Amino acid sequence: MLVSILASGLAAGAIYALVGVTYNTMFSTSRVMSFTAGQLAMLGGVLGSMFTLKMGMPIIVGFVLTLAACAIVGVITEFVAVRPVLKSLDQHLYVLSTLALALMIQQIAAIKWGTEPQPFPRVFGLGSGIWDEKFWLPVVACAVTIVALEYLYRRTLVGRAFVAIAEDNFAARALGLPERNLRVASYALAGVIGGIAGFSGGQLLLAFFANGALLNFYGFVPVALGGLGNNRGAIFGGLALGLFQQAANFLVGGIFSSVAVFTLFIVVLLAAPQGLFGGTTARRV
Amino acid sequence: MTTVTATSAQGESGAWRAALPHIAPFLGILALALLLPFVSNDYWALIGTRMAIYWVLVSGLNLVVGFAGHLAIGYVALLTLGAYTTSVLVAGNVTPAVPVFLALPIAGCVGALFGVIVGLPALRLRTFYFAMSTLGFATIVTQIALAWQSVTGGGIGIAGPEFPAPFDTPWGFYGLCVAVAAVATWMSANVARSRYGRALIAVRDAEVAAEATGISKPKMLIAIFLFAGALAAIAGGLFATLQTYITPDAFTFDLSVLFFIAILIGGRGSILGPMLGTIILTILPEIAAPLAAWSTFLYAVLLLVIVLVMPGGIAALLDFRNRRPLASNRAIVPRPAALADIVRRRTGGKHLKLRDIALSFGNVKAIDGLDLDVTAGQIHGLIGPNGSGKTTTLNVISGYYAAKAGTMTLGEDVLPPGQPALRAACGIARTFQTPRVIGEASVLENVMIGGSVEGRATFVEAMLSAPRNREDERMLAAKARALLGVVGLETLAEARADRLQHSELRFIEIARALMLDPDFLLLDEPAAGLSNDEIERLASLIKAISARGTGVLLVEHHADLIFDICHQVTVLNLGRTLAAGTPAEIRVHKEVVSAYLGG
Repeated sequence: MLVSILASGLAAGAIYALVGVTYNTMFSTSRVMSFTAGQLAMLGGVLGSMFTLKMGMPIIVGFVLTLAACAIVGVITEFVAVRPVLKSLDQHLYVLSTLALALMIQQIAAIKWGTEPQPFPRVFGLGSGIWDEKFWLPVVACAVTIVALEYLYRRTLVGRAFVAIAEDNFAARALGLPERNLRVASYALAGVIGGIAGFSGGQLLLAFFANGALLNFYGFVPVALGGLGNNRGAIFGGLALGLFQQAANFLVGGIFSSVAVFTLFIVVLLAAPQGLFGGTTARRV
Repeated sequence: MTTVTATSAQGESGAWRAALPHIAPFLGILALALLLPFVSNDYWALIGTRMAIYWVLVSGLNLVVGFAGHLAIGYVALLTLGAYTTSVLVAGNVTPAVPVFLALPIAGCVGALFGVIVGLPALRLRTFYFAMSTLGFATIVTQIALAWQSVTGGGIGIAGPEFPAPFDTPWGFYGLCVAVAAVATWMSANVARSRYGRALIAVRDAEVAAEATGISKPKMLIAIFLFAGALAAIAGGLFATLQTYITPDAFTFDLSVLFFIAILIGGRGSILGPMLGTIILTILPEIAAPLAAWSTFLYAVLLLVIVLVMPGGIAALLDFRNRRPLASNRAIVPRPAALADIVRRRTGGKHLKLRDIALSFGNVKAIDGLDLDVTAGQIHGLIGPNGSGKTTTLNVISGYYAAKAGTMTLGEDVLPPGQPALRAACGIARTFQTPRVIGEASVLENVMIGGSVEGRATFVEAMLSAPRNREDERMLAAKARALLGVVGLETLAEARADRLQHSELRFIEIARALMLDPDFLLLDEPAAGLSNDEIERLASLIKAISARGTGVLLVEHHADLIFDICHQVTVLNLGRTLAAGTPAEIRVHKEVVSAYLGG
């Protein structure tokens, strides 16, 4: 039993972690938490299944098309729901505008795709039992994404520009960085990461329109645990959440595992509002 | 006291006439609701009932979303909870069967409890976190309803409660729901128009200033989470009856979106707006039947359009009064003499003493061993170059920062470090460097906020509009009007505060601080941005305030103002006292002249 808890826990945790990273990627350049993060992961599953199963494309083509579509949705998020409300960030209108866009995405998916969960194809057709690819694929995808992100942020000029904007928006603009374009790029990147989360988790979660709202919540918990904008925190938080949830699932049953996650969420927020991995409070007076 | 009694007597007779324009639309909607049975069929009874039930929930949620500004997007969960609690209690498959009129209040209590649990993150964190916790709650409640088959019947569902005659016909049940909706409207309007409603808006738009006036955010929020949760669960019980049979499918997230968007379409801080919003959104899918599948999509588009184009909602469209232009040549003419009628004169005189206060941020020593004495009835000036620790000192006194070392005493008592919300009760009021007023509230309401700690009515009394609450309201309104006269802004009492000029906001802040009748008044650069005439008037106002026995601590850069009105002056530099003494001594102090005044 321990092994299956580990396998399914790490798999689910990796998906949550990737959704958490999606939140963070959007947050870092815009200071906006967007409700579209979970929807991007949902689209990763739904579009992946559509391209490969319904349209019969090869896996790799379907994968690339899915990521491209998710990147476009990410850019649309920036244009429609983020850019217009950035001027008055303190009014938190982005909560409403991104929620509105997320609902639209979800509704379109429900109407065009159907409201029943549908199967997702085998990607490599490797492994069985606890070594089934549906368990290890999300973990591998998560690891590859992290390594790629680290390379991007540390070794490339664009990545360093992202970091500069995340650290200090004003100073970065004063240096002449094209803040607006970089923001659009980061939303495209977030779309890709969300798409990877959905595609790699497709066999586990199936292609289902309602996954969006679910992943919005389960993907946000690691962000809340790890602290806003902290990718490392999101990864640890996500994996821990997945293990915790699956352990609760096996030990006390399905009803209480979601109760346990919710309780954990509330308790952590009350005990450590800035997340377990720190962060500073803004000056108020 | 003459002014106060005169205005309150006047207020008594005019109260109904003033309130009528506010009440008339509600009476109109109620009249239409009562006419409905005579002009239509059972189909409309169903829609009317649904509308009334939704409004029962929305009227409570409106206080959370529209007034407190917390984005609760998953309130369908509390509707679900109420529906199942009522149905299960009435069906008696867990406990002995309970009569439905007892089951509803029990469901209300359960809803109130969960309303608070879901709201807990809102006490410490804003917006997105709370939105997420309500969303998470909505997700798990549906999962539990599906999985807990022995109680909820799982996916097969459970029969909704049945009401006894005369409420067992469509129109009978409609009448019951309209009655509940009317009571819910009355209660939420009472809360909204009481000092609790103003405090909610204050916490939303000017949290720091709200703390300085002694408003406790957690208490405030818990009260309305209880209220909104109870109403939502009662609405759930009625909803279960309307559905006759409930399954988890009946409580889609779309419903949550409907409730939430009804409020935003209606407009923040309004009750009529969200009510119209609920009515419109309930009817919309009925008259556009082919669009029913796309209704959530339409709601979402509507939400986006409102956020981007019309953030004020219906309420802003209906707010005709604030479209009239304000007089452009208005001047602030304070009448300090009138203070005598409002503020009681103090004798005895406490001292506010700071000893060895130290505070550092990282490696920067913002205050480094500061001693300060503010005496009742005197004006104490605090000057110094930028970054010398003036505002930080004010923030330490008013509790926003806890000093790392040193003591503060007020008279005989030690002032606890931190805890800004307790300062108002100690008689310490303050203003802010950038005025922190509530833009969406009227000038009068802004000033009334300052007297929040003086109200005696409890939340329940306010909800039921008990005599003690009405007395509070009369007292606060009369005092606020009188103080607006003192600072010279009484003609603007009804205007929205965000339409005023910067200098006027400064005087509003002073009036708000005076609502407390403070023993000590801390003014943070009150003259910044004022014209020379206005500074002169400000000077005479401050002098009059201290002449009534209030100790004033004045942080200011206008050296002329400081030397003109202060009894004592302390000069800070790099967090330390550079010099202290009378204005005459400071003016010739060598180091002060070279470090700050310039010579």
